[in-house]
Amino acid sequence: MLIDFFYALRDGGLKTSITEYLALLEGLEAHVAGLSIDSFYVLARTCLVKDETHFDRFDRVFAAYFKGIEQVGAEGVAIPDEWLEKLAELDLSEDQKAQIEALGGWDKLMETLEKRLAEQDERHEGSNKWIGTAGRSPFGAYGYNPEGIRIGQDTGRHRRAVKVWEQREYADLADDRELGTRNIQIALRRLRRFAREGAAEELDLDDTIASTARRGGQLDLVYHASRRNALKLLILFDVGGSMDDHVAACEQLFTAARSEFQHLRYYYFHNFIYEAVWDDNKRRRQESLPTTELCRTFGSDYRVLFVGDATMSPYEIAYPGGSVEHWNNEAGATWLTRMREAFPRSVWLNPVPDERWDFTPSIEMTRRLMDDRMYPLTPAGLTEAISALSRPALPSGVGQ
Amino acid sequence: MSVEFAGTDRYVATDDLKLAVNAAATLSRPLLIKGEPGTGKTMLAEEVAAGLGKTLHAWHIKSTTKAAQGLYEYDAVSRLRDSQLGDARVHDIGNYIVPGPLWECFTADAQPVLLIDEIDKADVEFPNDLLRELDRMAFDVYETRQTIEARHRPIIIITSNNEKELPDAFLRRCFFHYINFPDKDTMADIVAVHFPDLKKRLLSDALDLFFDIRAVPGIKKKPSTSELIDWLKLLLAEDIPADSLHSTDNDLPPLHGALLKNEQDIHLFERLAFMSRRGRR
Repeated sequence: MLIDFFYALRDGGLKTSITEYLALLEGLEAHVAGLSIDSFYVLARTCLVKDETHFDRFDRVFAAYFKGIEQVGAEGVAIPDEWLEKLAELDLSEDQKAQIEALGGWDKLMETLEKRLAEQDERHEGSNKWIGTAGRSPFGAYGYNPEGIRIGQDTGRHRRAVKVWEQREYADLADDRELGTRNIQIALRRLRRFAREGAAEELDLDDTIASTARRGGQLDLVYHASRRNALKLLILFDVGGSMDDHVAACEQLFTAARSEFQHLRYYYFHNFIYEAVWDDNKRRRQESLPTTELCRTFGSDYRVLFVGDATMSPYEIAYPGGSVEHWNNEAGATWLTRMREAFPRSVWLNPVPDERWDFTPSIEMTRRLMDDRMYPLTPAGLTEAISALSRPALPSGVGQ
Repeated sequence: MSVEFAGTDRYVATDDLKLAVNAAATLSRPLLIKGEPGTGKTMLAEEVAAGLGKTLHAWHIKSTTKAAQGLYEYDAVSRLRDSQLGDARVHDIGNYIVPGPLWECFTADAQPVLLIDEIDKADVEFPNDLLRELDRMAFDVYETRQTIEARHRPIIIITSNNEKELPDAFLRRCFFHYINFPDKDTMADIVAVHFPDLKKRLLSDALDLFFDIRAVPGIKKKPSTSELIDWLKLLLAEDIPADSLHSTDNDLPPLHGALLKNEQDIHLFERLAFMSRRGRR
């Protein structure tokens, strides 16, 4: 049962596993959820989705899959077979239809559904599982239209699940990143720089033995601070325009970096570094961080990754006022050089494959400005970039 | 099904949350709780324990916590010292095995509640190191060659502030619930639980102000439920009249220190208040 729903979730981009699906079935068998669609929704989400950024995808699949079913529990109405069948034709693919046939066809499904309905009525009477609906029908406040799609919403304190998935409340949490960041994570792990920082709380065995021996066998304990990853990383992402093709790669890098480093900060820029960067793309016009302040705020011990395709018109780099978006008083090249002075350990990661770099003048220019510290955004390129990050390098123009 | 968590008189749980807790307890799966700071994630475990009449074992995770510490620790230092002093205890290694929170949970007489607080603070591999123990509900003590098995599968509640991504293999074994920031009505319920005799008008004014502050764009640290409750406590203690909450001659709400915790936010708020006053003239 619910096999189609399971596959619909997977088709919808959720990496739901078989164990999780079985957990849901186990939950249904144990009657943890009561039998309303609302509590089914919550139970299914609790079992199947483990990341709030995926709630929105789940809501979409759920809404599409269970469209109309919510009435089934309402007042024990008979289900008009024709429209369910019609609905199924709309929503189900050929494959899914075949699977339904394999399960015994519509009649069998309807039978199960009706059986459950009967059960639900019984439970509805003396049970407190029905949420905040004492003395009135749970769907009393709702109207129906002929196609069985509910209109009208309940805005009371008892947040109904129906409302949640239809309003797609979690829409802005979805970041739509791809999974499979393991190889990037492993490459980034090389960046770890362990340092003994903070309180001494780990037994230093070598020193304890040496010190005990020195005191003629009298036990003398020596402690030292434990090793932790002290690396500080600042990532600047190019967004919009030509970068749209590389969103997936950037997201992978971001996800991997986020799970790997405690001290990670990130900002965005468009096309090239100018006088300001921002950390929220929606509010970039209102809130941006001046690049000079960025250099002041973060110490030179921060490693900096610029992530961008550096593909633009050469004017955008070389001339004041060259930016496509706004008037910049100083050329992008000046700003990039300043950044490199402030952060000697910086590299540029380029999602454009390196065999194409020679054909784009702006990539060539950026690469010169970075003194060749530009690497392709591939696991191999990342490994090279990371070894370059361990060597500080001031821009070659400095001091002339 | 014996367990049925229904919130307590000190904790307002949404229906979603109750269901998630009950599902996790019934199917003995760990429940992973995420949500904005201050939405009562840690409190949930305490209230579940109180509501179901079970004992709570809390394991607070720090960045230095290792998974093995949750099982037991071998106190080599005491043993070394005892061996120097010629204590007889030294011959039994079992004297130096200190049980961790998981061990205590596993050997408890009745089903306990285990809170693993802020699991994301620990090292990346931490959750993976616990997989087997949480799956089997048993672990081996190498030093004494015992196997500790859970007498009753504990109800496990894990909180995370989302500082790190948790590994998929770990997530697959958990149930998951995201505590949403409460809407105005739920918030009024929460406040009523904490301050039953708060004047109605003061409450509604304070809530309006609170949600206004949360909606200010660009605020660095949005005030959370626990901060609201602190603020109301202060308002009550100082006996601030409801009118002063929306007076126009003050730049900032009274006792704003409880809500705004960052000097940039306070400046931002002053600027906005100044601009809105100028706009009105």
